[in-house]
Amino acid sequence: MTSFRVNGRDHDLDLDPDMPLLWVLRDELRLTGTKFGCGIAQCGACTVMVDGMPRRSCVTPIGQIEGSEVTTIEGMDGSEVKAVQAAWTAIDVPQCGWCQSGQILSATALLQQVPSPSDDDIDNAMAGNICRCATYVRIRQAIHDAARTLEG
Amino acid sequence: MTFLKLAATVWLCGALPLWAQDSAVTISPPAAFDGIADDAERSAALFTEMGKVLTSPRCLNCHPVTGGPTQGDDMQPHNPPVVRGDADFGAPGMTCNTCHGPKNVELTTAQGSIPGHEPWSLAPVSMGWVGLSLGEICSQIKDPERNGGKTLEELYEHNAHDGLVGWGWDPGEGRTPAPGTQELFGQLTRAWIDTGAACPA
Repeated sequence: MTSFRVNGRDHDLDLDPDMPLLWVLRDELRLTGTKFGCGIAQCGACTVMVDGMPRRSCVTPIGQIEGSEVTTIEGMDGSEVKAVQAAWTAIDVPQCGWCQSGQILSATALLQQVPSPSDDDIDNAMAGNICRCATYVRIRQAIHDAARTLEG
Repeated sequence: MTFLKLAATVWLCGALPLWAQDSAVTISPPAAFDGIADDAERSAALFTEMGKVLTSPRCLNCHPVTGGPTQGDDMQPHNPPVVRGDADFGAPGMTCNTCHGPKNVELTTAQGSIPGHEPWSLAPVSMGWVGLSLGEICSQIKDPERNGGKTLEELYEHNAHDGLVGWGWDPGEGRTPAPGTQELFGQLTRAWIDTGAACPA
Protein backbone atom coordinates (compact mmCIF):
# COMPACT_ATOMS: atom_id res chain seq x y z
CA MET A 1 0.00 0.00 0.00
CA THR A 2 1.32 3.43 -0.93
CA SER A 3 -0.15 6.54 0.66
CA PHE A 4 0.13 10.13 -0.48
CA ARG A 5 -2.07 13.18 -0.97
CA VAL A 6 -3.18 14.48 -4.34
CA ASN A 7 -4.70 17.93 -4.55
CA GLY A 8 -5.48 17.86 -0.84
CA ARG A 9 -7.08 14.43 -0.81
CA ASP A 10 -5.56 11.35 0.84
CA HIS A 11 -5.06 8.24 -1.27
CA ASP A 12 -4.09 4.75 -0.10
CA LEU A 13 -3.24 2.84 -3.26
CA ASP A 14 -2.68 -0.89 -3.53
CA LEU A 15 -0.52 -0.59 -6.62
CA ASP A 16 2.97 -1.63 -7.71
CA PRO A 17 5.30 0.84 -5.95
CA ASP A 18 7.34 1.01 -9.16
CA MET A 19 4.35 2.37 -11.11
CA PRO A 20 5.10 5.92 -12.34
CA LEU A 21 3.08 8.64 -10.67
CA LEU A 22 1.86 9.78 -14.08
CA TRP A 23 0.18 6.42 -14.68
CA VAL A 24 -1.55 6.65 -11.30
CA LEU A 25 -2.74 10.21 -11.86
CA ARG A 26 -4.17 9.57 -15.30
CA ASP A 27 -5.33 5.94 -15.21
CA GLU A 28 -6.24 5.41 -11.57
CA LEU A 29 -7.29 8.85 -10.31
CA ARG A 30 -8.56 10.12 -13.71
CA LEU A 31 -6.68 13.39 -13.38
CA THR A 32 -5.92 13.74 -17.08
CA GLY A 33 -4.72 17.35 -17.07
CA THR A 34 -1.17 16.05 -16.64
CA LYS A 35 0.04 14.74 -19.99
CA PHE A 36 2.26 11.92 -21.22
CA GLY A 37 4.82 13.28 -23.67
CA CYS A 38 8.00 11.21 -23.83
CA GLY A 39 8.05 9.00 -20.73
CA ILE A 40 11.77 9.66 -20.12
CA ALA A 41 11.84 13.09 -18.42
CA GLN A 42 12.83 14.88 -21.60
CA CYS A 43 9.78 16.98 -22.44
CA GLY A 44 8.20 18.22 -19.20
CA ALA A 45 4.58 17.53 -20.21
CA CYS A 46 4.09 15.36 -17.11
CA THR A 47 5.27 17.99 -14.60
CA VAL A 48 3.44 18.10 -11.27
CA MET A 49 4.35 19.52 -7.89
CA VAL A 50 5.62 17.11 -5.25
CA ASP A 51 5.91 18.79 -1.86
CA GLY A 52 5.87 22.15 -3.61
CA MET A 53 8.63 21.45 -6.12
CA PRO A 54 8.27 20.59 -9.82
CA ARG A 55 8.67 16.91 -10.56
CA ARG A 56 8.48 14.83 -13.75
CA SER A 57 5.79 12.33 -12.86
CA CYS A 58 6.72 9.92 -15.68
CA VAL A 59 9.96 8.97 -13.90
CA THR A 60 8.65 9.11 -10.35
CA PRO A 61 7.69 5.69 -8.98
CA ILE A 62 4.94 6.12 -6.42
CA GLY A 63 7.04 4.15 -3.94
CA GLN A 64 9.39 7.15 -3.85
CA ILE A 65 6.73 9.65 -2.80
CA GLU A 66 5.20 7.88 0.19
CA GLY A 67 3.63 10.54 2.44
CA SER A 68 4.15 13.36 -0.07
CA GLU A 69 1.76 16.07 -1.18
CA VAL A 70 1.18 15.99 -4.94
CA THR A 71 -0.45 18.90 -6.76
CA THR A 72 -1.52 18.58 -10.37
CA ILE A 73 -2.72 21.28 -12.74
CA GLU A 74 -6.26 20.59 -11.51
CA GLY A 75 -5.31 21.43 -7.93
CA MET A 76 -3.00 24.42 -8.43
CA ASP A 77 -4.01 27.50 -6.50
CA GLY A 78 -2.41 30.73 -5.33
CA SER A 79 -1.46 34.13 -6.66
CA GLU A 80 1.35 32.92 -8.91
CA VAL A 81 -0.66 30.34 -10.83
CA LYS A 82 -3.59 32.74 -11.15
CA ALA A 83 -1.27 35.37 -12.61
CA VAL A 84 0.21 32.79 -14.96
CA GLN A 85 -3.23 31.60 -16.05
CA ALA A 86 -4.36 35.17 -16.74
CA ALA A 87 -1.21 35.98 -18.68
CA TRP A 88 -1.51 32.75 -20.68
CA THR A 89 -5.07 33.60 -21.62
CA ALA A 90 -4.38 37.24 -22.40
CA ILE A 91 -1.87 36.53 -25.16
CA ASP A 92 -3.15 33.10 -26.23
CA VAL A 93 0.00 31.22 -25.30
CA PRO A 94 -1.19 27.68 -26.11
CA GLN A 95 -1.42 26.39 -29.64
CA CYS A 96 -2.18 22.67 -29.54
CA GLY A 97 -2.02 22.82 -25.73
CA TRP A 98 -0.55 19.39 -25.04
CA CYS A 99 2.48 20.64 -23.13
CA GLN A 100 0.78 23.54 -21.42
CA SER A 101 -0.07 22.01 -18.05
CA GLY A 102 3.62 21.20 -17.63
CA GLN A 103 4.64 24.66 -18.86
CA ILE A 104 2.28 26.32 -16.36
CA LEU A 105 3.53 24.22 -13.46
CA SER A 106 7.16 25.10 -14.24
CA ALA A 107 6.36 28.78 -14.80
CA THR A 108 4.49 28.92 -11.50
CA ALA A 109 7.35 27.24 -9.65
CA LEU A 110 9.77 29.77 -11.13
CA LEU A 111 7.65 32.75 -10.04
CA GLN A 112 7.26 31.30 -6.55
CA GLN A 113 11.05 31.31 -6.23
CA VAL A 114 12.03 34.27 -8.44
CA PRO A 115 9.28 36.91 -8.45
CA SER A 116 10.89 39.04 -11.19
CA PRO A 117 12.77 36.60 -13.42
CA SER A 118 15.16 37.67 -16.16
CA ASP A 119 15.12 36.09 -19.61
CA ASP A 120 17.96 33.82 -18.46
CA ASP A 121 16.01 32.79 -15.35
CA ILE A 122 13.06 31.88 -17.56
CA ASP A 123 15.17 30.03 -20.10
CA ASN A 124 16.92 28.03 -17.38
CA ALA A 125 13.73 27.11 -15.55
CA MET A 126 11.79 26.26 -18.70
CA ALA A 127 14.55 24.44 -20.61
CA GLY A 128 13.05 21.07 -19.71
CA ASN A 129 9.60 21.90 -21.04
CA ILE A 130 9.41 21.26 -24.75
CA CYS A 131 6.65 22.80 -26.89
CA ARG A 132 6.21 21.14 -30.26
CA CYS A 133 4.28 24.19 -31.48
CA ALA A 134 7.28 26.33 -30.52
CA THR A 135 5.32 28.82 -28.45
CA TYR A 136 8.46 29.64 -26.49
CA VAL A 137 8.42 33.37 -27.25
CA ARG A 138 4.85 33.70 -25.98
CA ILE A 139 5.64 31.57 -22.93
CA ARG A 140 8.51 33.85 -22.01
CA GLN A 141 6.39 36.96 -22.60
CA ALA A 142 3.54 35.57 -20.49
CA ILE A 143 5.89 34.80 -17.58
CA HIS A 144 7.17 38.40 -17.69
CA ASP A 145 3.57 39.64 -17.82
CA ALA A 146 2.57 37.45 -14.88
CA ALA A 147 5.56 38.73 -12.88
CA ARG A 148 4.49 42.33 -13.52
CA THR A 149 0.94 41.48 -12.41
CA LEU A 150 2.28 40.01 -9.18
CA GLU A 151 4.35 43.14 -8.52
CA GLY A 152 1.03 44.99 -8.43
CA MET B 1 4.14 12.61 -30.11
CA THR B 2 6.24 11.59 -33.09
CA PHE B 3 8.63 14.46 -32.47
CA LEU B 4 8.93 13.56 -28.82
CA LYS B 5 9.54 9.90 -29.58
CA LEU B 6 12.24 10.94 -32.02
CA ALA B 7 13.79 13.29 -29.47
CA ALA B 8 13.70 10.51 -26.91
CA THR B 9 15.42 8.11 -29.26
CA VAL B 10 18.14 10.61 -30.12
CA TRP B 11 18.68 11.35 -26.45
CA LEU B 12 18.92 7.72 -25.50
CA CYS B 13 21.33 6.95 -28.29
CA GLY B 14 23.42 9.99 -27.46
CA ALA B 15 23.49 9.59 -23.72
CA LEU B 16 23.72 5.91 -23.03
CA PRO B 17 26.06 4.12 -25.43
CA LEU B 18 27.41 1.17 -23.51
CA TRP B 19 30.18 0.71 -26.02
CA ALA B 20 31.64 4.18 -25.49
CA GLN B 21 33.81 3.25 -22.52
CA ASP B 22 36.06 0.25 -22.03
CA SER B 23 34.10 -1.61 -19.38
CA ALA B 24 37.10 -3.90 -18.83
CA VAL B 25 39.03 -1.16 -16.97
CA THR B 26 39.95 -2.53 -13.56
CA ILE B 27 41.89 -1.23 -10.60
CA SER B 28 44.57 -3.03 -8.64
CA PRO B 29 44.69 -3.39 -4.85
CA PRO B 30 47.33 -1.51 -2.81
CA ALA B 31 49.45 -4.66 -2.48
CA ALA B 32 50.13 -4.52 -6.22
CA PHE B 33 52.34 -1.49 -5.52
CA ASP B 34 54.37 -3.02 -2.69
CA GLY B 35 57.29 -3.53 -5.03
CA ILE B 36 57.90 0.22 -5.30
CA ALA B 37 60.45 0.85 -2.55
CA ASP B 38 60.31 4.63 -2.46
CA ASP B 39 57.31 5.85 -0.40
CA ALA B 40 56.70 8.95 -2.50
CA GLU B 41 56.88 7.01 -5.74
CA ARG B 42 54.57 4.33 -4.36
CA SER B 43 52.16 6.98 -3.12
CA ALA B 44 52.07 8.70 -6.51
CA ALA B 45 51.51 5.33 -8.17
CA LEU B 46 48.61 4.62 -5.81
CA PHE B 47 47.03 7.94 -6.71
CA THR B 48 47.50 7.19 -10.39
CA GLU B 49 45.55 3.98 -9.79
CA MET B 50 42.85 5.98 -7.98
CA GLY B 51 42.81 8.21 -11.04
CA LYS B 52 41.17 5.43 -13.06
CA VAL B 53 38.12 6.02 -10.87
CA LEU B 54 38.45 9.79 -10.63
CA THR B 55 38.56 10.17 -14.40
CA SER B 56 35.70 7.75 -15.03
CA PRO B 57 32.65 9.37 -16.64
CA ARG B 58 30.74 8.43 -13.47
CA CYS B 59 32.86 10.97 -11.57
CA LEU B 60 33.67 13.48 -14.30
CA ASN B 61 30.07 14.05 -15.38
CA CYS B 62 29.27 15.70 -12.04
CA HIS B 63 32.70 17.23 -11.36
CA PRO B 64 32.67 19.70 -14.28
CA VAL B 65 34.57 22.95 -14.44
CA THR B 66 31.84 24.58 -16.52
CA GLY B 67 28.32 25.73 -15.73
CA GLY B 68 26.64 22.36 -15.85
CA PRO B 69 26.98 18.58 -15.90
CA THR B 70 27.54 16.14 -18.71
CA GLN B 71 25.92 12.73 -18.97
CA GLY B 72 26.43 9.25 -20.30
CA ASP B 73 29.58 7.24 -20.88
CA ASP B 74 30.50 9.57 -23.74
CA MET B 75 29.99 12.67 -21.56
CA GLN B 76 27.47 14.44 -23.75
CA PRO B 77 26.08 17.78 -22.58
CA HIS B 78 23.20 17.17 -20.17
CA ASN B 79 19.84 16.92 -21.88
CA PRO B 80 17.59 18.73 -21.12
CA PRO B 81 19.97 21.67 -20.81
CA VAL B 82 20.61 22.48 -17.16
CA VAL B 83 22.73 25.03 -15.33
CA ARG B 84 24.78 24.67 -12.18
CA GLY B 85 22.79 27.23 -10.17
CA ASP B 86 23.83 29.02 -6.98
CA ALA B 87 23.66 25.86 -4.87
CA ASP B 88 25.11 23.45 -7.48
CA PHE B 89 21.57 22.10 -7.67
CA GLY B 90 20.17 23.58 -10.87
CA ALA B 91 18.04 26.61 -11.65
CA PRO B 92 15.06 27.86 -9.64
CA GLY B 93 12.11 26.11 -11.24
CA MET B 94 14.22 23.22 -12.53
CA THR B 95 16.46 21.89 -9.80
CA CYS B 96 18.16 18.50 -10.05
CA ASN B 97 15.36 16.76 -8.18
CA THR B 98 12.86 17.75 -10.87
CA CYS B 99 14.02 14.55 -12.57
CA HIS B 100 16.52 12.84 -10.24
CA GLY B 101 14.94 11.01 -7.31
CA PRO B 102 16.49 9.18 -4.36
CA LYS B 103 17.23 6.04 -6.42
CA ASN B 104 17.91 5.06 -10.01
CA VAL B 105 14.65 4.60 -11.90
CA GLU B 106 14.39 2.26 -14.87
CA LEU B 107 12.46 3.84 -17.71
CA THR B 108 9.04 2.36 -18.32
CA THR B 109 8.68 3.21 -21.98
CA ALA B 110 12.28 2.89 -23.19
CA GLN B 111 15.57 1.22 -22.36
CA GLY B 112 17.83 2.90 -19.85
CA SER B 113 17.29 4.67 -16.57
CA ILE B 114 17.22 8.02 -14.85
CA PRO B 115 20.03 8.09 -12.29
CA GLY B 116 19.22 9.01 -8.74
CA HIS B 117 20.54 9.16 -5.20
CA GLU B 118 19.81 11.15 -2.06
CA PRO B 119 21.49 13.61 -2.05
CA TRP B 120 22.08 14.35 -5.75
CA SER B 121 23.92 17.46 -6.90
CA LEU B 122 26.95 18.73 -8.77
CA ALA B 123 30.30 18.96 -7.04
CA PRO B 124 31.14 22.63 -6.39
CA VAL B 125 33.16 24.27 -9.14
CA SER B 126 36.22 24.30 -6.84
CA MET B 127 36.08 20.51 -7.01
CA GLY B 128 35.73 20.35 -10.78
CA TRP B 129 38.49 18.42 -12.46
CA VAL B 130 37.42 17.84 -16.05
CA GLY B 131 40.45 18.53 -18.26
CA LEU B 132 42.98 18.57 -15.41
CA SER B 133 46.01 16.30 -15.26
CA LEU B 134 46.13 13.67 -12.51
CA GLY B 135 48.78 15.74 -10.74
CA GLU B 136 46.50 18.78 -10.80
CA ILE B 137 43.53 16.73 -9.58
CA CYS B 138 45.70 15.34 -6.78
CA SER B 139 46.80 18.80 -5.63
CA GLN B 140 43.23 20.05 -5.78
CA ILE B 141 41.74 17.10 -3.95
CA LYS B 142 44.16 17.55 -1.03
CA ASP B 143 43.64 21.31 -0.77
CA PRO B 144 41.11 22.19 1.98
CA GLU B 145 40.55 25.52 0.24
CA ARG B 146 39.16 23.65 -2.74
CA ASN B 147 37.93 20.31 -1.38
CA GLY B 148 35.22 21.61 0.94
CA GLY B 149 37.52 21.88 3.95
CA LYS B 150 38.23 18.16 4.13
CA THR B 151 41.22 16.70 5.95
CA LEU B 152 42.88 13.68 4.40
CA GLU B 153 40.98 11.45 6.84
CA GLU B 154 37.70 13.03 5.80
CA LEU B 155 38.73 12.53 2.18
CA TYR B 156 39.27 8.85 2.95
CA GLU B 157 35.79 8.64 4.48
CA HIS B 158 34.33 10.38 1.42
CA ASN B 159 35.99 8.02 -1.03
CA ALA B 160 35.43 4.86 1.00
CA HIS B 161 31.91 5.35 2.35
CA ASP B 162 30.04 8.32 0.85
CA GLY B 163 26.80 7.19 -0.74
CA LEU B 164 26.94 9.48 -3.77
CA VAL B 165 30.52 8.37 -4.46
CA GLY B 166 29.25 4.80 -4.12
CA TRP B 167 26.58 5.48 -6.72
CA GLY B 168 29.44 5.41 -9.25
CA TRP B 169 29.50 1.61 -8.91
CA ASP B 170 25.71 1.29 -9.03
CA PRO B 171 24.80 3.79 -11.75
CA GLY B 172 21.72 2.09 -13.17
CA GLU B 173 20.95 0.51 -16.50
CA GLY B 174 22.73 2.10 -19.44
CA ARG B 175 25.84 3.38 -17.63
CA THR B 176 29.19 1.66 -17.17
CA PRO B 177 30.10 1.48 -13.47
CA ALA B 178 33.31 3.11 -12.27
CA PRO B 179 36.28 0.69 -12.34
CA GLY B 180 36.68 -1.75 -9.45
CA THR B 181 34.65 -1.32 -6.29
CA GLN B 182 34.19 1.45 -3.74
CA GLU B 183 35.86 -0.82 -1.18
CA LEU B 184 38.95 -1.08 -3.36
CA PHE B 185 38.88 2.66 -4.05
CA GLY B 186 38.78 3.23 -0.30
CA GLN B 187 41.73 0.86 0.23
CA LEU B 188 43.75 2.69 -2.40
CA THR B 189 42.89 6.03 -0.79
CA ARG B 190 43.95 4.68 2.62
CA ALA B 191 47.26 3.43 1.22
CA TRP B 192 47.85 6.69 -0.67
CA ILE B 193 47.37 8.71 2.52
CA ASP B 194 49.49 6.33 4.60
CA THR B 195 52.37 6.66 2.15
CA GLY B 196 52.36 10.46 2.35
CA ALA B 197 49.61 11.41 -0.14
CA ALA B 198 52.13 12.24 -2.83
CA CYS B 199 50.97 13.44 -6.22
CA PRO B 200 52.00 12.16 -9.64
CA ALA B 201 54.01 14.57 -11.76
